Amino acid sequence: MQPCRDRREKQKGSLITGNDKGVTVAGFEYHKPHSIKEAVHLMESLDNARFIAGGTDVMVLLRQKKIAPAHLISLRNIDGFSDIGFENGLQIGGGVTLNEIVANDFMQKRYPALTDAAAMVGSRQIRNVATLSGNICNAAPSADTACPLLVLDAIVKTTGPQGNRQLPLDDFFLGEGRVDLGAGELLTGFHLPRLAMNTGSAYIKHTRRQAMDLPMVGIAARVTIKIGGNEIGCKDAFCTIDNISNILSKLEDEDLRIEEVRIAMGVVAPRPVRARKAEAALRGKVISEKLFEEIAEIAATEAQPRDSIRGEAWYRREMVKVLTKRVILKAVDRVLRPDDLIRPDRLW
Amino acid sequence: MKQEITFKINGEACRVEVDPTWTLLYLLREVLELTGTKEGCGYGECGACTVIVDGQAINSCLYPILEIEGRAVTTIEGLRKPDGELHPLQQAFVNKGAVQCGFCTSGMIMSAKALIDENEKPTEEAIKEGIAGNLCRCTGYVQIVDAIKTVAGRGRT
Repeated sequence: MQPCRDRREKQKGSLITGNDKGVTVAGFEYHKPHSIKEAVHLMESLDNARFIAGGTDVMVLLRQKKIAPAHLISLRNIDGFSDIGFENGLQIGGGVTLNEIVANDFMQKRYPALTDAAAMVGSRQIRNVATLSGNICNAAPSADTACPLLVLDAIVKTTGPQGNRQLPLDDFFLGEGRVDLGAGELLTGFHLPRLAMNTGSAYIKHTRRQAMDLPMVGIAARVTIKIGGNEIGCKDAFCTIDNISNILSKLEDEDLRIEEVRIAMGVVAPRPVRARKAEAALRGKVISEKLFEEIAEIAATEAQPRDSIRGEAWYRREMVKVLTKRVILKAVDRVLRPDDLIRPDRLW
Repeated sequence: MKQEITFKINGEACRVEVDPTWTLLYLLREVLELTGTKEGCGYGECGACTVIVDGQAINSCLYPILEIEGRAVTTIEGLRKPDGELHPLQQAFVNKGAVQCGFCTSGMIMSAKALIDENEKPTEEAIKEGIAGNLCRCTGYVQIVDAIKTVAGRGRT
């Protein structure tokens, strides 16, 4: 067999050059700053510049000629930008990729809704480069990680020419594709506050196919549970492989209450939204499957989905009911049972 | 404006002059003439352009060329041993008939290699998840999964 001959052999030792035939993208300059300060300064001083992190969206837009920036400012080489810290809960840097989130055991244990969502974005190849901050900055109504971050009360950290800001994620989303970032301002990371004991969270994404799809509906929930006002002791008390509905029916006399709750819905409005009425109706109540069904009805009234190629509005509203109940059950399950006894994701 | 970058391609250092607008895929196919890596959609949907950068599978069609500076890239051409012996994954694809038209094959193998390098013995579920970003329009997925299974558990590839 002939060894493969390529350009490197033909031009051994010399600098390899190529022509530009076939390059369809208009020219731009590519900057690789090493600090946030430098990146913000570049953005401020250059005309028609754009930040690029993982590039899984920016590179596509470039190719589709939907954008034609004169400068791209890369965020991949900023020192410490991909750090995950554990001060006051969790600090996630702006350069953290989705697969870094999936692989993080601490997040899997404490903030599983976020792991659920990150694991379902695109493909492995995409998740290896795509960042959490990019998913949020795009502000697509279908952004998978938006709902979990909303229920986890995420704080967005930004740096701009005017200095640093911190604001709740709920205020950061302004509408479809619009976020509260000023000129030259950069999302530098997220802060997830420490959660109370006995808190569980989950995200469920409804898609037509299992991989490489945007959600038709995506719902996240976080619940904090108490027994008659007390902390639940050992999770192992609920060491059973029974399904969660049966467990709950056996626990009916235990005065198991929802102490705190957050529900967020994606693709049912121009931006990811909280189901505040449903949350209020659930807070402080004794847990039962019947109650969750009522809550799901309320959440459906708060959803304003529209018809699109991925699903019709009426169907989406019906799915909001189904998934709201399911996601609350899943979050409750994560409080009650050790993680390895919870049914695998696709069975929910 | 052309810029010079240095990186490793299939274990060898490589110095090349690039335009910032190029993608890694363009450099591989059009400049280095390593045409084993295919271009399918160009939007990161199909995975035909999958290569391994610093141990991670990525879509080379979405990879800005200047980010490759100082990194190590492995393409399908880098799997075969110098004496021509096929990589276990390549051989498994041949043995199991996992190649039909062949267009998705290099991407599939690179995804499978990244998966097995990370997780020596992936379950069938994990294999399916690992190649979820690689489309096979001949729909020969069963043979592909079978082929990867025969290599899984044989240690690092």
